[in-house]
Amino acid sequence: MTLLEAILLTVITASTPLLIAAIGELVVEKSGVLNLGVEGMMIMGAACGIVAAIATGSGAAGVAAAVLAGMAMAAIFAALTLGLAANQVAAGLALTIFGLGLSGVVGASFVGAQRAGIGKIEIPLLSEIPFLGPVLFNQDPFVYASFALVAGVSWFLTRTRAGLVLRACGESAASAHALGYKVLRIRFFAILFGGACAGLAGAYLSLVLTPFWTSGMTAGRGWIALAIVVFASWLPWRAALGAYLFGGITILQLHAQGAGFRVPPQLMSALPYLITIVVLVLIMRLRRGGAAGPAGLGIPFVPDR
Amino acid sequence: MRLVLEKRAETPFALRLLSPLLAVALTLVSAVIIFAAMGQDPLHALTVFFILPLSDSWGLQEVAVKATPLVLISVGLALCYRSNNWNIGAEGQFLVGAMAGGWLALATHGAPDGPWLMPAMLVCGALGGALFALIPALLKTRFGANEILTSLMLVYVAELLLDWLVRGPWRDPQGFNMPVTVGFEPEAIVPLLLEGGRLNIGTPIALLVVVLAAVLMGRTLKGFEIRLVGEAPRAARFAGFSADRLTWTVFAISGGLAGLAGVLEAAGTVRMLQPGISPGYGFTAIIVAFLGRLNPVGCLIAGVFLAVTFIGAENAQIMLKLPLDVTRVFQGLLLFYVLACDTLLLYRPRLVRSVAA
Repeated sequence: MTLLEAILLTVITASTPLLIAAIGELVVEKSGVLNLGVEGMMIMGAACGIVAAIATGSGAAGVAAAVLAGMAMAAIFAALTLGLAANQVAAGLALTIFGLGLSGVVGASFVGAQRAGIGKIEIPLLSEIPFLGPVLFNQDPFVYASFALVAGVSWFLTRTRAGLVLRACGESAASAHALGYKVLRIRFFAILFGGACAGLAGAYLSLVLTPFWTSGMTAGRGWIALAIVVFASWLPWRAALGAYLFGGITILQLHAQGAGFRVPPQLMSALPYLITIVVLVLIMRLRRGGAAGPAGLGIPFVPDR
Repeated sequence: MRLVLEKRAETPFALRLLSPLLAVALTLVSAVIIFAAMGQDPLHALTVFFILPLSDSWGLQEVAVKATPLVLISVGLALCYRSNNWNIGAEGQFLVGAMAGGWLALATHGAPDGPWLMPAMLVCGALGGALFALIPALLKTRFGANEILTSLMLVYVAELLLDWLVRGPWRDPQGFNMPVTVGFEPEAIVPLLLEGGRLNIGTPIALLVVVLAAVLMGRTLKGFEIRLVGEAPRAARFAGFSADRLTWTVFAISGGLAGLAGVLEAAGTVRMLQPGISPGYGFTAIIVAFLGRLNPVGCLIAGVFLAVTFIGAENAQIMLKLPLDVTRVFQGLLLFYVLACDTLLLYRPRLVRSVAA
């Protein structure tokens, strides 16, 4: 394996959790709901995933627990913002604070514990393609899942009737409601999907990316996923581009430190956050009043019967 | 059966007072359940968490010391949120305030020059916090970048900057390689209110800020502008109020107050700079602001309540071996309940029998 292949491999590893979480949030925002609690759902996924993996000795059980944990967190958010029409920004922040705290409590007795690993799956034939094969098709199941999510969500949103209805809820909830669609129910499923994705992304952090659990291990990745959705202009394929860009920067930073650049490590660690800000600014400049987010994003909807 | 929300024509005044209290009561009930689930005697745990911090004069002083930064920050955030500006980076502005004030203390270390130093540090801290908060304000008004994301990203940047400073250029050479600066000179320390206690003049400053903010919101045109831009942006535009200018104003005020809280913490309570200078005051203040119904006096009461949970968590960690993260669980739950109860103000929830539409 060449050095470039090795680097690309690590870029994909660093990008996958961002991509999975961003795709989930993209669907939520397309339905007109802004869930700022990605960080909280993600870290609950990470905590519950590793606890279940250690308790059962099975990586698959860990993944299932992580997805369920993300969905449970999302259900709390849905109850507040859909059931009670609460402020979505505040409810998302509450979800993040709650998740960071609860994951610390859940994971407290598992700090430093060994876990069951999740192996790589080599796809026959495809993995023998020179260069691309080993990078793209000899990966862990999460990476394949992220490819499938991008393609699936893209197809769902643009090519299916259900996707069209979901987008209608995000553009104008009142119109969708007038046409007889159950706006709140559709938004509820979108939020659950976002929670499942965030939980899955969390499982990737604690089951694949790092070998152990630490409190607060998401380190802002949930927020970066939110930024990726803006960067992507709510398009799944661009979300993939954004995620790999951010993953690439993270890895570049690690390699620069390893190569002995005389720069403080704190500056290097701050790079992903600084780049996020720069990218947000650049994308807003480029867009200039063009395709913004869904028109009804963040506005609560209360059906008048 | 299903839940239906009916819009209220008018909110009864009693409900405005009752809704935060209901949220606190629901949090306490949840606390009992959580304590029981963790194998604790719920009543004993509740006493340790919520009663013990208020049971002696030392505990009361500690509550005031912890409430001071929470109240200062949350009052600023309340102004922001009222005007629909979502500054959630107060934690970073707090740290930058501590660094800006700390810079002056370190620059004059060994040759402190009279009683001007401490007030100058407070000004530096407030300015530092305000300038740091103007970054997301600038990015929002000039480029339309989402202030929620930019202000939060800057928290990580501020944390890493402080980490670099206290491990690198500002480290105490005699500090046994610990990531701390030298202790501040007596001239650079915020004076205590009571001999032998920990209460310093930061607490009366916070009370003064509450009064000023209450007057600003209730009695001035600026206060009206803040509320109008938040509640009816179109009407505000017709009235000739500039939303962009207001964004700058409220970000500067809230950043300045967070920075002031930061320098007060560094020069009053910690008396040096170190990485863990804030136990998450900037994030907890968001909850304080909402529990206080985005009202300065409400923030004061809510700040005291959340200060109790901070000290309660420390007690519970020592006496019951509960992890500190339990506090954040309670804080998150509290905000959930606050938001849920606020629904009661706008809507009348009713259970109706489902009928085929």
